[in-house]
Amino acid sequence: MANPLAQFEVKTLIPIHLGDVNASLTNSGFFMVVTVAAVSLFVILGMRNRALVPGRWQSMTELSYEFIAGMVRDNVGSEGRKYFPFIFSLFMFILFANLIGLIPYSFTFTSHIVVTFAMALVIFLSVTVIAIARHGLHFFSFFLPTGVPLIMAPLLVPIEILSYLSRPISMSIRLFANMMAGHTMMKVFAGFIIPLGILGGWAPLAIDVALTVFELLVAFLQAYVFTILTCLYLNDAIKLH
Amino acid sequence: MSDDHPKTDLEDLDSRLKRVRKKGKFGNSGGFDNGTGEASGFSLAMRVGAEMVSALIVGVGIGLLLDYWLDTGPWFFVVFFFLGAGAGMLNVYRATSNMGLAPGYRHDIEDK
Repeated sequence: MANPLAQFEVKTLIPIHLGDVNASLTNSGFFMVVTVAAVSLFVILGMRNRALVPGRWQSMTELSYEFIAGMVRDNVGSEGRKYFPFIFSLFMFILFANLIGLIPYSFTFTSHIVVTFAMALVIFLSVTVIAIARHGLHFFSFFLPTGVPLIMAPLLVPIEILSYLSRPISMSIRLFANMMAGHTMMKVFAGFIIPLGILGGWAPLAIDVALTVFELLVAFLQAYVFTILTCLYLNDAIKLH
Repeated sequence: MSDDHPKTDLEDLDSRLKRVRKKGKFGNSGGFDNGTGEASGFSLAMRVGAEMVSALIVGVGIGLLLDYWLDTGPWFFVVFFFLGAGAGMLNVYRATSNMGLAPGYRHDIEDK
């Protein structure tokens, strides 16, 4: 049986060495480029006609735009409007990465915690900077919940700080674990199809078909969860109290 | 959509859109966030697991780093392990008690 984890291996496609820095183009980096190109094509070509009554492609583009715009409006409010470009790009990037990763022989870079953690860390740092820039030292009242007796503060403040620091990790683990678990599961079941032969091979094949549909749902859901968490953290940073 | 009604003009389309919107079919964005959707079981398990594990990772990581820098035996590790476990349970409590996906006491996330 093929190794179900071999699909996550990062391979160098074009070796590039800038001094001591290994800047080679890997399959991971290649699919990031593909994802960015696909998102750009989707939005640019979708909005090319700018018809008043949209066609199919324009509908899809407008649908995704309105979906994220509604998410930002509901969860952050009107002050979140200036962060919309970032949140929209983030959602489209993760969604397209997850969906492109479902195509056979492609590579899912969101199944690598380096990638998801880097994204979560950027969000975490920028949200913290936004909160401190807007509220100054008042930001640190975030770590002492209102209505807590002061005797509990020495215990609760470290717990609150740890809870705050765990945000980027839980965000990144959730996306990476979902993608990796799903792809591994599909590969494991796919590995049973041929060895079980024409009599027994149908069962894992049927499971794989069902899993493919489920993975489509997970691909969307995880992009959605990652984005809405960004919105909620941004809301925390902007409103604070 | 407009193929079935050749005489549909923009005003008609607008009124039909308004009717559909009023029904509330497209009013809510998403609807996956409350954990009561179809995929709730698996995604809830993932969510709770990630919340618990991530707080523990942070706690244990900080504890080990402090021990490494200050050379203080296992003490910070032990203390921060329990603090991390506490933070993890807090995260899980907040994630599951309908206070939104985010850890945080702020209620204004809820009443949008």
